[in-house]
Parts: sequence; structure tokens; C-alpha cells
Amino acid sequence: MTTTHADYRLSQLDQLEAESIHIFREVAAEFEKPVLMFSGGKDSIVMLRLAEKAFYPAKIPFPVLQIDTGLDFPEVLDTRDNWVGRLGVKLVVASIDDAIAQGVVIDDGKTSRNRMQTATLLNAIEENGFTAAFGGGRRDEEKARAKERVYSHRDEFGQWDPKMQRPELWSLYNGRIHAGEHMRIFPISNWTELDIWDYIGREGIEIPDIYFSHQRRVFERDGMLMSETPLNPLRAGETVEERTVRFRTCGDISLTGCVESTASTIPEIIAEISIAKLTERGATRGDDRFSEAAMEDRKKEGYF
Amino acid sequence: MSETNEGAANATNMDLLRFATAGSVDDGKSTLIGRLLLDSKSIFADQLEAVEATSVAKGYDYTDLALLTDGLRSEREQGITIDVAYRYFATPNRKFIIADTPGHVQYTRNMVTGASTADLGLVLVDARQGLTEQSRRHAVILSLLRVPHLVLAVNKMDLVDYSQEVYERIHAEFTTFATKLNIPDLEVIPISALAGDNVVNRSENMSWYSGPTLMHHLEHVHVASDRDLVDVRFPVQYVVRPKSDEHHDYRGYGGQVAGGILKPGDEVVVLPSGMTSTIEGIDLFDQEVTEAFPPMSVTVRLADDVDVSRGDMIARVKNAPTPSQDIDAMVCWMTTTPLKPRQKLAIKHTTRTARALVKDIQYRLDVNSLHRDQETKELGVNEIGRVQLRTTVPLLCDPYSQNRTTGSFILIDEATGITVGAGMINSGA
Repeated sequence: MTTTHADYRLSQLDQLEAESIHIFREVAAEFEKPVLMFSGGKDSIVMLRLAEKAFYPAKIPFPVLQIDTGLDFPEVLDTRDNWVGRLGVKLVVASIDDAIAQGVVIDDGKTSRNRMQTATLLNAIEENGFTAAFGGGRRDEEKARAKERVYSHRDEFGQWDPKMQRPELWSLYNGRIHAGEHMRIFPISNWTELDIWDYIGREGIEIPDIYFSHQRRVFERDGMLMSETPLNPLRAGETVEERTVRFRTCGDISLTGCVESTASTIPEIIAEISIAKLTERGATRGDDRFSEAAMEDRKKEGYF
Repeated sequence: MSETNEGAANATNMDLLRFATAGSVDDGKSTLIGRLLLDSKSIFADQLEAVEATSVAKGYDYTDLALLTDGLRSEREQGITIDVAYRYFATPNRKFIIADTPGHVQYTRNMVTGASTADLGLVLVDARQGLTEQSRRHAVILSLLRVPHLVLAVNKMDLVDYSQEVYERIHAEFTTFATKLNIPDLEVIPISALAGDNVVNRSENMSWYSGPTLMHHLEHVHVASDRDLVDVRFPVQYVVRPKSDEHHDYRGYGGQVAGGILKPGDEVVVLPSGMTSTIEGIDLFDQEVTEAFPPMSVTVRLADDVDVSRGDMIARVKNAPTPSQDIDAMVCWMTTTPLKPRQKLAIKHTTRTARALVKDIQYRLDVNSLHRDQETKELGVNEIGRVQLRTTVPLLCDPYSQNRTTGSFILIDEATGITVGAGMINSGA
């Protein structure tokens, strides 16, 4: 870049980037053992890109943690491997199946994998002694998240107490924790879904193919279009057909629905979400539909 | 900034405005925010449906848009906003981040929090009631936090027959009050959030008003010049040392520019050591930039091998903050155990953390009347006062009125780890 900024104006996307880089550096400087929670979805990819920029030309000074639900999209795992390989960053995988085998998580046949993720995640944080875990949560996603701090304190049970949140002023973050506690860090709190897409477009970075329009065999469940997969058996009355779809979020395959879409490029996706009528979670996430406070309740337990 | 963004939407060139609102349901604040979000198409159908369903279930006569921002179960149960909520919307040229805070006196700390990062503060008054204790307090807090732009929205104009006289009276009363405060830019806008007058669309009911609509003002208020582009302040946050074969000798100082414009070739001083050097280069990821200005996050390389670590500050040789262990500041106290003289706390200022001893509490400021109470020698929760601190190491600070980044700090209880206070450094003593 050799441009002179005549008016010293920074675009909002550059301001968001600068804020996120500041947060990454602050955590790396003040916490003993941070980790970046990586799902392979677009938000965690943007996080990884920002971490790359924050420490360049040094490598990212902390590992990446992925919770293997056993229900991940194969395209998402491919993208994860490409990113981790290119950046030369250490990958820690915590698997729900392993956690069940070890008796850390109880599979009672009724609890969704999404909920079992929480216990697996907390166990991985405890076992590895991580003191700070970066998450890709955004405040525009959901109203409980709209009130969460950038530095979000978790007690020794991994729980979030929304009534006891620390005031967060200016860009002065308080990273004090006691032994056994940890901090969740949300460096892209102030980004919106549209910002994420603008940034992916601007940076020209790799994201999983499932975000772009493709042909897929799907069936309808609870008003959402779900992928046909052995991991998610059909129920009575459900029929499979091929449709032109894409995913707006990348969660576990049994809960994440897709939307009908012909958007096959980033500008087309941006055009599509600019006129979308439903939030990305409302449209495609079964896990947020259980109650008005579904996200708040899961967050209190220690969810992402 | 690079070639790859040429194809991207103009959204990447959008400006950013952070604004804080305060008020209670009675002022129509939630209705106003709801309208800004609705009219800029930032509320999605599923969010609106959820709010409508809840309103019906609770037996309300109308859709309570406060339910959109009251995100926590306890808030919905109590029907009040108790915490800062962040909301986002955008128009073609600007993105907006709203810090929506509760207005009651027992939530002053939340308002201080919301105002700390705001470029603009929005104070609502009910046209029927005129200025209240609450609206005065909101203006005082915004002024203390040096929010450079203030909008007084005179709401519910429909209920006073769109009377110019009512508007003029409130305008005059507020202007008189504001002379005691630091408000560089004030706009007083008559609106009706419910009917939509002068929110997004110009009102046909107030032809006597020739000023901007609220949305027009939010879109066009000039905020870029609010930053200090003169006094170079670069708090060193993180030392970047790759220790790889490719970048064997690389040593850079990562940080976010807090003031001034840094350029390669500039002669600089590193504080507190006082060592001088020259900026060799400024890196933004894999590119070198010719200048860095607030709020850019960059990595600065120096020509000499001087000792620089986190907590240090890079400034200009002839324009640097004076390192000081004696801090005089306005402090907002945020926890139920009062602040008292002789108390010891942790203090975080830019990237530097130290310990602080409370030497004196000079006075408590009544945020409603601006009266200085010198009798009380302690600060309770949500109270603001002038405090003298002595720190274990020198802080590299400026007056808050000059720089909101190098002039602010937080106080942390060392036993609980909780943030208990927010401070704004005074100029001189």
C-alpha cells in the first residue's frame, strides 16, 4: 500500500480489523495459554485471518481448537486442514465420541450433539489448561450475544453469569482470572454478517464450498431444508429431493439447514443477504429454536 | 487498500459512527431505536415476529420494541434494560453501532461504559415534560466522557401539537445548561419516534423546523476530525519476533495508534526509558505503509536496537507525554463496596498495568446538579468524583480532554479481579 490518506479516514471495515487485531495482541500478551476455537465456518476463518495479520511475520502464537462433533461437513474439515497447514499452526481436536468413550460426556440418546459439544469443549479447555479461548460470536447474531462482553468471564465450571459481567470501557480489557477459570474472547463482536462477507471478498480468502450455491439432496424438517446424510436419518413422511442451495452457517450437519439460493460468488451472496428477511440463525439453525432464551441458556452452561 | 478490494461492494469504504443512547421506556427510546432499525431494514422478520409474539403473550396493546434490545431473561422478566446492548445498522454510506444503555441513576456505570467509545450521544426528552433531572444527568455524563457530538431529540412532538414554542423553550433551556459542560457540537431535533416525524423522513407537521432529520444528521455528522492527528502516541502492545529463518532479524512493535501520524523516517522517543531512534518502517500485515494514524493497528520497526517492551510508549522527541506517578482524575465507581482513601487497586492504562493507591477523594460530583460535595470522602456505586492516585510505576498519560485513549484507565479489584472503576485524567492539578 502506498496510498496517502489525504483525509486520514479509515473505512469501517478497516476500523473493525484494527479493533480485532488489537484484541488478539492484547490476549496474546496478557494470557498464559490462549487458544482459538475454530469451527471451519466463515466467522472462525475471519478470526484466523485476523490472528494471522496480528502477529505477522511471526506465526500465530497459540493453537487452534476444534470440537469434532462427528457430524461436521467434510468440506468444512477440508478447509480447516488447508488453513491450519498454510499457517503452520498447531491443531488440537477434541472429539465428542472420545469424550463419550471416556465418560466425560453422557450420551443418553436424547441430548443433541450440539449440547454435548459444550461438555466436550469445557473438558478440552480444562485438560489443556487453556486460560483464554477466542470465539467467533458476533453481537448481531442473537440478543443474548448483543450484551456479552468482548472479554467474557467463565467460572471454574465454565459458566457465564450475565448478571455479573464486568464493565468494559474504551479498549481497556480486563483479563484477570483466578486459577481454574478462563476467559472467552470475542474479537469480532462488532462485525455483522455483511461485514464478514465483505471482508472475505476483500481478502480473497478460502471458505468451505458449501457457502456457495450447489446441487444437494435435501429434505424438509421443521420448515428448514436439511442435507440427506446417513448421520441424519429420515423420519416418517420426509422425502428427499434435489435442490439448488447454499448454507448460511456451518454447524453440525443434523441441525444446520440450507437455503435455496443461486448465489455462487461473494458479490452474489452479499446481494442475497442484503435483502434477506430472516437472520442467519433463525433461518438455518435448529439449535436456537427451542426457546426465546435458547442461546442465553446454552451460553450460561459454557457454550461458545 | 490493496488491489483485491476494487471489486468489492462499496460497503468496504463505508464510514463508522458509534453512538450511545440513554433513557427509559417512557422517553420513547426503544421506539426510536426500533424505528431506526426498521426504517434502515436492520430488523429481520424472525426477530420482529418473536417480539410480536411475546408482546401478545404478555397482553400488551402494542408491539414492545424494547424486547428487541432487552436480550437477557432477567431483563425481560423485569421489563427494564439493565445492561449495555449493542445494536448494528447501516445506510449506504455509514455503519452505525448503537450502545443502548439504561437511563436510571442506578445504572450510571452502564451509561459511562456505553459512552466511553461513542462519537455521538443521543439524549431524549419528552416534549411534554421538557428537561428532566435524568436528561440533564445524561448530558453531564456524555460531557464527562468527552463524547464530541450531542443530539438532543425532543420526542413526542405529536403530543404537543408540533408546537414550535415548546421546542424553542426546551432548546433554550438546554443551551443555557450546556454552557456549563463540554459539548463541542450540539444539535436539537424535534421528532416523534412513534409517528416517524423527522426520524428518517422530514416531518410535514413542523415546517418551522429547517434543521436536519435525525437520520440525516447521524449519516453526515463529521467525526474523522475528532481524533488527535497531531500528538503521536503509540502504546506498545506486543513485540513481534518471528525467530524464523526467513525473518531472522525481524523485530517489530505491534500496537494501535492512539494519536498523531507516524511515518517512516520520523525521529521518535521511547518512554519511559527516553531512548531515541528513527522509524525504519511501518507494517500492516505483509505490506509496508507510508503512514499510520488512529485507530490503525500496525507494527512499527525502529532503526536502532533499543530496548522496547509492552507498556512502553513511542512518541515524538519534542512532543511526548510526561511520565507521572501522581494521577488526578475523575473516577466513576462501579461496585457496591465504596472507594475510600488508602485503598489499593490494580490500574490498567493503555497497555501498562500497575498498582495504585488512593491518596485522596477531593469531591463527589452530583451528576444532576454539578454540585461538588467535598464532605463525603468516599464514592459509592455509580458515583463520580475527583480522585488522586499514586501509582507504583509512572504512567505515560495525557489529559483525557486531549486524548481519550491515553487519558483513560480502569481500576481493578486485585482480590476479585473485577473492574471496579473507570478514570479520566485531568489536565494539570
